[in-house]
Amino acid sequence: MVEIIVSFFLLAGAGFALIGSIGLARMPDFFTRLHGPTKATTLGVGGMLIASATHFSTGPGTSLHEVLVTMFLFMTAPVSAHLVSKAAMHLDGSFTEERRGGGDSTREDAD
Amino acid sequence: MIDTASRIALVMMAIALLLNLWRLLRGPATADRIFALDTMYVNTLALLVLLGVWRGSPLYFEAGLVIAMLGFVGTVALCKFLLRGRIVE
Repeated sequence: MVEIIVSFFLLAGAGFALIGSIGLARMPDFFTRLHGPTKATTLGVGGMLIASATHFSTGPGTSLHEVLVTMFLFMTAPVSAHLVSKAAMHLDGSFTEERRGGGDSTREDAD
Repeated sequence: MIDTASRIALVMMAIALLLNLWRLLRGPATADRIFALDTMYVNTLALLVLLGVWRGSPLYFEAGLVIAMLGFVGTVALCKFLLRGRIVE
């Protein structure tokens, strides 16, 4: 029973991490590319840490290292994504042309 | 069963890391490259946790924790350098 749970969370975590990386590789511009890794890959690592905590808690005693890694990762991933997006706002080349201004042609003149 | 699932998951993580490497080498903007590097850190953390489950060794967590901290600090330092031109103000 424990093996089934561990295998399920391992495969789910790897699947979410792979989906996030496909999103990073395939999305058209930077601000859409930001979505895949910030949400899907973080959830994938979370699933893999759940699998690891379950696997190492079956023996004597429980394993709490994973909670530390999970808390640290879930606190730092939004901060780093926010900083990268803030840096990308100040640089050229991070928008594709059809996404600049969201289709509103007067906005480019406004700013 | 865990062995088979770990092997499949290892292949998936390897494909994910190769996709991140492609975006890191190709990415048009500098922010793309920084973000691909940050994603590679997170995926490497997942790969280390997976190796720890596969080999049955709890020693991989310390390496994973160090990689998580270094990845965060490195991303913040690169973004500060892009925004301000210097890291420590």
